[in-house]
Amino acid sequence: MLYREALNRAIDETMAIDPNVVVLGEDVGRYGGSYRVTEGLLAKYGEERLIDTPIAELSIVGNAVGMAIGGLRPVAEIMTANFALLAFDQIVNHMAKYRYMSAGKITLPMVVRFPQGVSRQLAAQHSESYEQMLCAVPGLTVLAAGDAHYAYHALKWAILSDDPVIFIEHELLYNKRGEVDFGADFDPFSARIVKEGEDITIVSYLKMVDDVMQAVPQIEERLGCRCEVIDLRSLNPVDYGSLEASLKKSGRLVVVEEDHRTGGYGAQIVGTLCERLFYELDAPPLRIAGEDVPIPYNRRLELASIPTPDRIVREVVAWGEKHGV
Amino acid sequence: MNKLLAEEIYYLMELGRRFELAAKEHYMKGDISGFLHLDIGQEALSVAAMKAFEKGDVFSTYREHVMAIARGIEPGAVMAELFGKVTGVSRGKGGSMHLFDPSHFFYGGDAIVGGQIPNAVGCAYARRYQGSEEGVLVIFGDGATNGGAFFESLNIAAAWKLPILFLCENNRYAIGTEITRVSPFLEQAKKAEPFMPTLEVDGMDAVAVYETITEARNRIQNGHGPVFVEAFTCRYEGHSMSDAGTYRSPQEMQICRSKDPIERMKGVLKRRYGVDDSYLQTLQKRAQKAVDEAVEFAASSPEPSAEELYADLMCKECANVVS
Repeated sequence: MLYREALNRAIDETMAIDPNVVVLGEDVGRYGGSYRVTEGLLAKYGEERLIDTPIAELSIVGNAVGMAIGGLRPVAEIMTANFALLAFDQIVNHMAKYRYMSAGKITLPMVVRFPQGVSRQLAAQHSESYEQMLCAVPGLTVLAAGDAHYAYHALKWAILSDDPVIFIEHELLYNKRGEVDFGADFDPFSARIVKEGEDITIVSYLKMVDDVMQAVPQIEERLGCRCEVIDLRSLNPVDYGSLEASLKKSGRLVVVEEDHRTGGYGAQIVGTLCERLFYELDAPPLRIAGEDVPIPYNRRLELASIPTPDRIVREVVAWGEKHGV
Repeated sequence: MNKLLAEEIYYLMELGRRFELAAKEHYMKGDISGFLHLDIGQEALSVAAMKAFEKGDVFSTYREHVMAIARGIEPGAVMAELFGKVTGVSRGKGGSMHLFDPSHFFYGGDAIVGGQIPNAVGCAYARRYQGSEEGVLVIFGDGATNGGAFFESLNIAAAWKLPILFLCENNRYAIGTEITRVSPFLEQAKKAEPFMPTLEVDGMDAVAVYETITEARNRIQNGHGPVFVEAFTCRYEGHSMSDAGTYRSPQEMQICRSKDPIERMKGVLKRRYGVDDSYLQTLQKRAQKAVDEAVEFAASSPEPSAEELYADLMCKECANVVS
């Protein structure tokens, strides 16, 4: 099943269960969704539940907040994360805070879907990642789907959850194929060990997990070691238990992220793990992150602005050799 | 408007005025902190709009104490919130600007100018979807009508013919900036005219406000889409307690106060309903007693405990537990 089909199925199944679930966003209805995630749902559920909005992101999220106050379970789609900046007042001041400011009297069962990341030459205003900002907002749950299995289960959980959830998707993953175990037990907050190993813990999420997995055979061959690769999946809260268990075993930490290095999300992971496990570390942690530049259009420059499998191999091997892996 | 309702509106206006004067006093004493935006001068609007829109949902601004009380929320719970006490309507976490009570269909209490308008539009969508007869009332000041959230909301509400009443409290000042310095006209209803029917009302006249909001409410409930009401009013105090008020002349303030909504309502009660002075005094005493009790309740209530810090951030089953 494709990643986008898994998302579609999650929305479809929750809409079938609960008439309060509605979908809103630009081109989610008649057009079928910019990434075909909501394809076919209009015919099944009608225009009242598949709501084509104007290009007005502040209202997409702001209206979703009001729908949730009114008792619906809205699933809002932002066409691409950069556009969500127009809705940040609603995300930060309304979606994240109403529950706390009202001492729990208002709950907001809503999801905002966030397609993001460097796709292919979409340039500076269509390519960024904003998990670092979203995870800095108390009151939001932030999930990041890296594969079809998690996409299906986590989106379904998010829609049925009574709290506001930011659901991050990577634009290059929509056509990625993967197995979905529909009957599996599911915990939205647990990290997944994608590959086991004893010598280096590599933590990543979204598309970077795939890039890390491409890089790992070469890293292992050149350093003569075994890497443990972890997909974080839930960016807030973080499953530090799984990270600590892996790091206690390996003593070496690498974090790979696509967002900009300065103020980037991975800094929090490295910082927290250093606080907790400083004396168990055998090497200074390594962060591999996006460069501190707007994402350029030119393909060569674009690839130079983010981690790639080649760069991950190069940096991890250099770091490993320096620190005696 | 029958006599009983007229008396109730008058009583709530007296209560609102006295409540705000008490809040001002306790701000000076240090019992209330942060930003405190007083409603004094605007009581006709705050009370009569709530009474004319009793059954629908209400979204309002940070100048909402009197509306919350007129909506039926206990004055003690509102005052306790201003005092930051755990018995407050938002358990001391919201404060003056964030009063919420879904049991009274009152949703704040929003302190991002214009930010509550898209929420109200979404709620109106939900109500229509649910087949509810009642619509949504959203209140905002003239300061909100220059922002994007306002224009987006007019557009969407009109495009989808949503049951929502936009009520603009035009007191002419966005903090200290007069509306005509930042907008091409005084009448903000002009901005709504391409989208929906607009009505204008003297916001210092409680009877007129009640009648206009009632008319607008009936119009949005019949599936004809949104209506915009502009009420011209006047706040006697500064924008908040930290406002020195240097931008309005004494003459302007004198004219403002000469239209006092409470005095006006007294006249209506006497002339139209034959209420005598002694009954007005009875209502005034009752209002003062309610305010005194609210202050007493707030002052004697406990503060939230330290354990409250993380309470109500997330639902229990999805709490952000860091292991």
